[in-house]
Amino acid sequence: MGTVVATTVPSRLRRTLLGLTALVVAGLVAASLLVGGYEITLSGLLTDPVEREMLLVSRLPRTLALVFAATAMSVSGVIMQMITQNKFVEPTTAGTSQWSGLGILVVLIVWPGAPPMGRMFVASIFAFVGTLVFLGVLRRIALRSSIIVPLVGIMLGAVVSAVTTFLAGHFDLLQSMSTWRSGGFSGIVKGFYEPLWAVAVIAAIAFVMADRFTAAGLGKDLATSIGLRYERVVLAGTTMVALATGVTTVVVGFIPFLGLIVPNAVSMLLGDDTRRNLPWVAVFGVGLLMACDLVGRTVVAPMEIPASVILGAVGAAIFIILVLKQRHVVG
Amino acid sequence: MSLVEERVAPITAESRPATDRTKRGPWLRLVLLSGLLVLAMGGFATLFVHGALDFALPRRLTMLGAMAVAAFAQGVGTVVFHTVTQNRILTPSIMGFDSLYTLMQTLLVWVFGGAAIAQTEGVGKLLAQTVLMVVFATILYRWLFSGRFGSLYLLLLVGVVFGMAFDSLSTFMQRLLDPTDYDMLSVQLFGRLSTVDASYLPLAFAVCAATGLVFWRRRHVLDVLLLGRHTATSVGIDYKRELTLMLILIALLVALATALMGPMTFYGFMVASIAYQIAGSHRHSYVLPMAFLLGMFTLVVGQFVLQHIFYAAGFLTVIIEFVGGLLFLYFLLRKGKW
Repeated sequence: MGTVVATTVPSRLRRTLLGLTALVVAGLVAASLLVGGYEITLSGLLTDPVEREMLLVSRLPRTLALVFAATAMSVSGVIMQMITQNKFVEPTTAGTSQWSGLGILVVLIVWPGAPPMGRMFVASIFAFVGTLVFLGVLRRIALRSSIIVPLVGIMLGAVVSAVTTFLAGHFDLLQSMSTWRSGGFSGIVKGFYEPLWAVAVIAAIAFVMADRFTAAGLGKDLATSIGLRYERVVLAGTTMVALATGVTTVVVGFIPFLGLIVPNAVSMLLGDDTRRNLPWVAVFGVGLLMACDLVGRTVVAPMEIPASVILGAVGAAIFIILVLKQRHVVG
Repeated sequence: MSLVEERVAPITAESRPATDRTKRGPWLRLVLLSGLLVLAMGGFATLFVHGALDFALPRRLTMLGAMAVAAFAQGVGTVVFHTVTQNRILTPSIMGFDSLYTLMQTLLVWVFGGAAIAQTEGVGKLLAQTVLMVVFATILYRWLFSGRFGSLYLLLLVGVVFGMAFDSLSTFMQRLLDPTDYDMLSVQLFGRLSTVDASYLPLAFAVCAATGLVFWRRRHVLDVLLLGRHTATSVGIDYKRELTLMLILIALLVALATALMGPMTFYGFMVASIAYQIAGSHRHSYVLPMAFLLGMFTLVVGQFVLQHIFYAAGFLTVIIEFVGGLLFLYFLLRKGKW
């Protein structure tokens, strides 16, 4: 971790692979615009105003939401992995997502009529506090083995989830919570996804700050000795992750494992240069989430399976493979 | 051969007089807890009855019966699991047994349809479901515990993530079911203490009694397994066979507990950890009953307090999850300091 791995994939092959990926993702985005209950065709778009409106009101917002959410979660994963110096940390394995879920519930209890902005604000604050708690706990562990860190995060998340369930049950909000949790991207129409633009801004800032995160990933001592204000970078990273997670959670719910799989896959392909990797992390993330969402949309049409469910199963499998693979590298 | 005898001899020589001295301690503790438990159960069954006792008593006794099964399955199952896997952090539930059960149930309904499941009533159905669960759990966890994972934490992480994958897969398949099938499934999956079907209890008791008997007869083998895999093998215990047998029984118990109480991740862990602390002995003849009594005590007192003082009867499992989760984190972090 932290070292720039000499890439094992030859550069020409790598370039072809990246080009192919970009093409596939573009195809997925196009498919996402066209697939759904209301049939939209390219020729129809030119002639039929209803089809055009359908595209603008429902498909385009949904596709954009997918793009932003995927970018947010994958980039959050990269930042968290740099800050914690651990390849297996991302918002759902650090409890950040679960904390923002708790935040959403608290808003529902205290201020039922809150506007979306208010909910996002509170969810982000909870995500921020949760991430700080996680980082604080990490500092107290002497043995920060790459395996125990995500374990602690997952367990913290489980405890926070138990609190959320209890509170939700106590205030008769279990149903609202489960609707929110399984909502996913199906309810996204024009007017609901716009806050996700903020996430795009965060991704841009992450790109600007990429080198600092790479330096922070070297560890506190080394980072400080090459002139980095370590604490500040960590705080900035935490804030960005919290905002991205908070906003995404309010709009589309949990997106498990995306921030874990994508950065790891990109690192394997390209090495550990954060600035060069970030755009590709976004592209891969969008592709993966888009594919899951498309599967969810088509398998049980006209009903839907949330992308998060599919991602949960696929992501867990990939996570296990990554963990086991790492073990081979180490010993 | 002589090497083995040399190794074993000093242990027994030392432990004989020691047991005589400490024997009264663990026994006394068991008796004390039993007394408290009887009091709690009496209070639970008869206090705060509004209206006819004839109406309340059978329902409460059914609940107590369900609690006994859950406490036995989770408490005793977890202790045995700890012993055969030689650690005190992993539990069947944390390693995803519960999620596996849910997945298996969903799979069954998904393949055969809810109607087919509903028509085959009674013991045969329960047996078929349990066999399926046991076969899969044994294969999966035998693979996990075959020693190919060097580190305990790695094993734990893989188990936890397996559980998450099973949960997602179950949700995925549940979404594919039609609503009637889903209804049938959800009745089976989300067991609640207060809505237990009394007709299941005799069978559950029988299974608990049978597994309990097996554990009891093997309690000394379990004691030896505590010394570690190599020591156990060197005194002539077939480790793989014991591991497989115990995993089968544990899968059986977890299937029972999940059917009756719904999935509970940290309950078994909590009960087992406290049982080690207060049993006053490492011997399974004390720890196993202690785990059962303690599990039962937690459930009875917890339910009593929630029902009559906080009026939140349905939330016992959630609160146990919360407390147990914190305890688990504490253990994990303390372990990390070593």
